Amino acid sequence: MADHISSSGESHGSVGSYLTGFVLAVILTVASFGLVMSHAMSPAGTGGAIALLAVVQIVVHLIYFLHMNGSSEQRWNVMAFVFTVLSVLVLVAGTMFIMHDTAINMMSR
Amino acid sequence: MLGKLTLSAIPYDVPILVGTFIGAAIAGLAVVGLITYYGKWGYLWREWLTSVDHKRIGVMYIVVALVALFRGFADAIMMRSQLALAYAGNPGYLPPHHYDQIFSAHGTIMIFFMAMAFMQGLMNIVVPLQIGARDVAFPFVNTLSFWMTTVSFLLVNVSLFIGEFSQCGWLAYPPLSEQQFSPGVGVDYYIWAVQLSGVGTLLTGVNFFATIVKMRAPGMTYMRMPVFTWTIFCTTVLIMVAFPILTVAIGLLGLDRYLGMHFFTNDGGGNQMLYLSVIWGWGHPEVYILVLPAFGAFSEITQTFSRKPLFGYKTMVYATASIMVLSLVVWVHHFFTMGAGPNVNAFFGIMTMVIAVPTGVKIFNWLFTMYKGRIEFHATMYWVIGFMITFSIGGMTGVMLAIPASDFVLHNSLFVIAHFHNVIIGGVYFGYVAAMNFWFPKAFGFKLNEAWGKRAFWCWFVGFYVAFMPLYVLGFEGMTRRMNHYDNPEWHPWLLIAEVGAVLIAIGIVCQLTQLYVSIRDRNLAENRDLTGDPWNARTLEWSTSSPPPFYNFAILPEVHELDAFAHDKEAGIDTRQAGGNYQPIHMPKNTACGFLIGAFSFVMGFGAIWYIWWLAAVGLIGVIATVIARSSDNDVDYYVPVSEVVRIEQEHTHNLMAAQAAE
Repeated sequence: MADHISSSGESHGSVGSYLTGFVLAVILTVASFGLVMSHAMSPAGTGGAIALLAVVQIVVHLIYFLHMNGSSEQRWNVMAFVFTVLSVLVLVAGTMFIMHDTAINMMSR
Repeated sequence: MLGKLTLSAIPYDVPILVGTFIGAAIAGLAVVGLITYYGKWGYLWREWLTSVDHKRIGVMYIVVALVALFRGFADAIMMRSQLALAYAGNPGYLPPHHYDQIFSAHGTIMIFFMAMAFMQGLMNIVVPLQIGARDVAFPFVNTLSFWMTTVSFLLVNVSLFIGEFSQCGWLAYPPLSEQQFSPGVGVDYYIWAVQLSGVGTLLTGVNFFATIVKMRAPGMTYMRMPVFTWTIFCTTVLIMVAFPILTVAIGLLGLDRYLGMHFFTNDGGGNQMLYLSVIWGWGHPEVYILVLPAFGAFSEITQTFSRKPLFGYKTMVYATASIMVLSLVVWVHHFFTMGAGPNVNAFFGIMTMVIAVPTGVKIFNWLFTMYKGRIEFHATMYWVIGFMITFSIGGMTGVMLAIPASDFVLHNSLFVIAHFHNVIIGGVYFGYVAAMNFWFPKAFGFKLNEAWGKRAFWCWFVGFYVAFMPLYVLGFEGMTRRMNHYDNPEWHPWLLIAEVGAVLIAIGIVCQLTQLYVSIRDRNLAENRDLTGDPWNARTLEWSTSSPPPFYNFAILPEVHELDAFAHDKEAGIDTRQAGGNYQPIHMPKNTACGFLIGAFSFVMGFGAIWYIWWLAAVGLIGVIATVIARSSDNDVDYYVPVSEVVRIEQEHTHNLMAAQAAE
């Protein structure tokens, strides 16, 4: 029930902040597509660049759409975010560890 | 116009399916006919299908889970019968094409639609009551979750009669599940069913996490939360971490199939091993998502029927939390043989052995709770004790499989099948049935019949051992899983024994149905009615309100002074209900059909996409979006229950309480 949840400490953003977020997101998306379609960089360079753009994209979404910030009322959000980062790292780093080790061991590359 | 869908997709030439269809059609028509005869459509629609009441949603989840249990068990006994017959030249009665669909459907249904639905049903019924809340944080999202799960299950069942189901096992490993090797619609049915139900499960996770964090009764600190709520809390965290991984894994497989991409294909730079790593990144937390709530239920039942507080509440909480974290770093033990080097396998093997430690702590906590307790051997306690024995054996074979060297011998054999049924039946299923017996009077106001409950337990317990211990032997003898027929004479007797076990389990299910029938028939007998709301002299807040609880759960939110709040109040002579206190109007959500509509449109979208009927898929998608927008702009979603109504309901319960006390 919504009325049991106090709405203090939740920032709901404004039209301006949503528009800023939207414009940034569009720029980052177009830049990623542009890099891939124009072949401006080497394949490895393109991969690194779009990975970087993706991380920036995540940060933009978190700040402008999910209203994350460092204020004390946001303790829950920040804790949840830290846990998310940790589990994503476990999965991504773990998968890279596994796949790299498999590739070396099976001489598949 | 109809995409891939032609008349030849209807399997009218397969007698088993035609028979199943006729049976299902007769049963369906009978249900529809009865509802029409008694004129209950309006009641069903207003009070149940569009309900946002967490207790009713919980009951509907469990009904879906029981239907899924019958479907999944029918698949299981068909497989056992095939293997009892298909020996030395006899092809059995199930051709490989059909047999492969059956084992894939069995696994998919039992995990996603039996166990997950049952678990979500239990958490719906119990958690808000246990933390002293009036509903969940997002009641509309709750009904949406339920319908997403239900329509996905419907989609799996539609695959029986229109087209086919996946033949790639319950996790649809590529490259077999790719377009190249599975050109039919089976894998697409799997993809859409899993994706749509995944949405529902993820929303449930978010919903109950928010509920537990934000809506606990005044005074209920984290270390005063009942253990069942703690386990659900950890489960919701795991759902939020793990289910997006599943969505991505199945989503990438879908892109491979629908758009010709190459994430997991043999050619074009695809890597099918990556799929194993990603899907098990979800798959291993998933088994803890299922078993943690069962652990919670066992804790509540053990302390209630041992007439003692739980031994080691804090260690129980820490053990649950450690399992939650550790379950995220063990997934490689599902594919030690994939070809990773000793570093990877050693790390994940050790982590897997480590996770057995907190689980062992829990077993000892339950044992010490029973030690010197005044144990009442109620039917629910039978399931608890059966669980402790069975689950310990399953845990030990699990530690055997955690050793990469022995896993190399046992991988993909029936030993693995025996192991995970040992923990899933012995842990998850026994736990959910015990929980159903325990909380049934809370949900319906009358107890389940104990004699039939004990009969069901003995059939399941003995049936389990007879059905699955031979599979350990067969694993050692080298029989692999998913085999359609065989020639080895040494295997045959063991498979015959396993068939007997499956029949015993079937009798167990019949006993459970009889238990339900007998209990409903005798619901008005004085010894079965639960007038007090506390039939077991239990310890937690859900027992402080009436059975079944009023739709608003608590007229006045309870104050929590201690762990096991209700037990403390009973000892201290405090009236947890604060009957006759200062009642206020109660703010409640209105029922809504939007959850049902979004579910129905999602079904249409999924069915369209499975058969490449793109206009139909578009209709479904537009329907979903339109319903979401309509719901978002609807401000008429809540109301206040007037004080006079609250007073009337509360006085009725007080009257019942006094009558029950006078009868004693």
